[in-house]
Amino acid sequence: MFPGNARMVLQGIGVAPGIAIGKAYRVDRDKVSLVYYYLPSPAQIKREKDRFNAAVERAEADLKEIRSKMAGVFPEHAYIIDTHIHILRDKMLYDETVRIIDQQAINAEWALRQALEKAQQIFAKIDDEYIRSRFSDVDFVAERILQNLTGQNKQSVAGIRERVIVVAQDLSPADTIQLQVEKTLAIVTDMGGKTSHTAIITRSLDIPAVVGLEKVYHAVRSGELMVVDGHAGKVIVDPDEELLNYYYERQYQFERYRKEVVRCAELPAETEDGYTIRIQANIELLEEVVAVIDNGAEGVGLYRTEYLYLNLDQPPDEETLFWDYRELAEIIYPETVTIRTLDLGADKLNTRMRGSTETNPALGLRSIRLCLQEDETFRTQLRAILRVSGITKNVKIMFPMISGVGELRAAKTVLEEVKQSLIQESIEFDKDLQVGIMIEVPSAVAVADLLAREVDFFSIGTNDLVQYALAIDRVNEHVAHLYEPLHPAILRMIKQAADAGRQAGIPVSLCGELAGEPLYIPILLGFGLDSLSMNPLAVPRVKKIIRNASIEESKACLEEVLQFTTAGQINDYLCELAWRRFREDFELFTDEMGKLPAASSVGQ
Amino acid sequence: MRDPHRRTEFQVERKEFTIRNKLGLHARAAAKIVQTSSQFKSRIRIVKNGREADAKSMLDILTLSCPRGTRIELRAEGKDAAEALAALAVLFNNNFGEE
Repeated sequence: MFPGNARMVLQGIGVAPGIAIGKAYRVDRDKVSLVYYYLPSPAQIKREKDRFNAAVERAEADLKEIRSKMAGVFPEHAYIIDTHIHILRDKMLYDETVRIIDQQAINAEWALRQALEKAQQIFAKIDDEYIRSRFSDVDFVAERILQNLTGQNKQSVAGIRERVIVVAQDLSPADTIQLQVEKTLAIVTDMGGKTSHTAIITRSLDIPAVVGLEKVYHAVRSGELMVVDGHAGKVIVDPDEELLNYYYERQYQFERYRKEVVRCAELPAETEDGYTIRIQANIELLEEVVAVIDNGAEGVGLYRTEYLYLNLDQPPDEETLFWDYRELAEIIYPETVTIRTLDLGADKLNTRMRGSTETNPALGLRSIRLCLQEDETFRTQLRAILRVSGITKNVKIMFPMISGVGELRAAKTVLEEVKQSLIQESIEFDKDLQVGIMIEVPSAVAVADLLAREVDFFSIGTNDLVQYALAIDRVNEHVAHLYEPLHPAILRMIKQAADAGRQAGIPVSLCGELAGEPLYIPILLGFGLDSLSMNPLAVPRVKKIIRNASIEESKACLEEVLQFTTAGQINDYLCELAWRRFREDFELFTDEMGKLPAASSVGQ
Repeated sequence: MRDPHRRTEFQVERKEFTIRNKLGLHARAAAKIVQTSSQFKSRIRIVKNGREADAKSMLDILTLSCPRGTRIELRAEGKDAAEALAALAVLFNNNFGEE
């Protein structure tokens, strides 16, 4: 895999890029050990309650101090600590503990433990996953009080004195906040995912981090030498000198490369021979808009609108949608935002369909089909988008999962009716609002020429297109290896859709993971697309590679690739080309010396 | 006419609301309710489908589980019940300062 050896190599989820080399520092978050005893006299019961109160007061003072430090750096996260301060004095924890001390004449630690267990039972019964998971906050607060009661002060992340790699089972938001940035080389944890607090905060602090390692905490000793590759999600424990040197070199190169790429992120993606392609971002949450702007994306090419519909008893109302879309459109202005209408399966939308099970949901009542059936939900969303378009004039509508002209016309009829009702109510909307479709069902590719006459733009959605065209469920581990974005069938389909769009004179965009994969840039350019839309973090590197590419060469490359018969052949060809033409943009992203990985997908 | 000197008598006030912010009564919104409620002496409860939560308890409110669209009733009992309810009404009508 790489030169040299190591005691252990662990694979997790890389959530914040960069390479760090340093000593491990285990942050102990194991529970404090407790003693249990009875209190023989009323005087002792009274003293015990005072002792408990003092422990709570200290915890409160500590948390308030953390919060005041945090307010300057992370005002948006400070409320987490506020929440913890409220929980300290909450009757479910505080009053209940005092009551148990009184009634059972037992020590505070024991009573608090009982109150905590009771709270846990109450939380466990809640349907809402978000609220259920908030028990971790209660647990965290109780742990703090217990530490004060027992005087067992655990190693705190605030006490770190040298530059280290923090190794933990999990880090609470308060822990992550207390990290001293200048002393923290990297963070690795057993728990967590791409959207955990650790992930979000480390990314904003620019500290490499790998989460979801499952067993790193127990496998590593404090003081042991480690390498953390936040891009590949790798953690290497106790490497030998050869491997260490290899990573020192990579680290240096990586830092240099990253600085250069981000510095130039604002420049347009114009090839050496003058062909410009727009690079946009795919986002799901309004909050991601910061990453869109910081990474030099030219607008939002795909705004996934499903988030606001999840975990609700009823679909969101028009005002909620209106303000969400409006805020996004105003921030992105003068660039544009392409809003994709609801792309949910019936199981996710809480309607009368809820509870019905489909044997084949990917081929069932979902996306535009569901919208055409759940008419009110669809109209509400269209009204919200149209109203925003009247104010900001930089919004486009995109229908997902269109399978043919009939379905497109049905969707456009609903849109037309909604426009008419807005006209009657004298509510403004953008008369030139562009309406496009996702090309992601194979039948839409086959009739792309017919569809192109009736829409303003195409956006080729490769994730679903690959799934439907190759009949592969990518999350099914038995067939996931057959999920081949470079399958010749897929490339032919993209070409057919792109050509149909060009002949009809409408712009064609490509969104989906394929768009942000640097290795595929030569063929993506070869298709003659107008824009690519990708994960915002992938934008700077993709733009840089395009600036070093040439459209003539890319066209020739695509022509040659279309002659190949298997995805493997195409991949090898692209690797060889990347290695030859864009070596400096790829050599840092490969684990194998001199040979490129099949696809790295996350971008920079 | 009400005698101004008798304004401090025991009051019972109730008012209905629909939760309209995106995330419902989650941690941040619950914290604001607790902060406001705790400024008053009255006993304040949030009632949803016959189940109730103490509006001065963050965990009580959270575990009542009120996503957006939930209809709830606020009940305040005490000498400052009317003021308490008025202060909370501002918070609810403001969607807790959220979307």
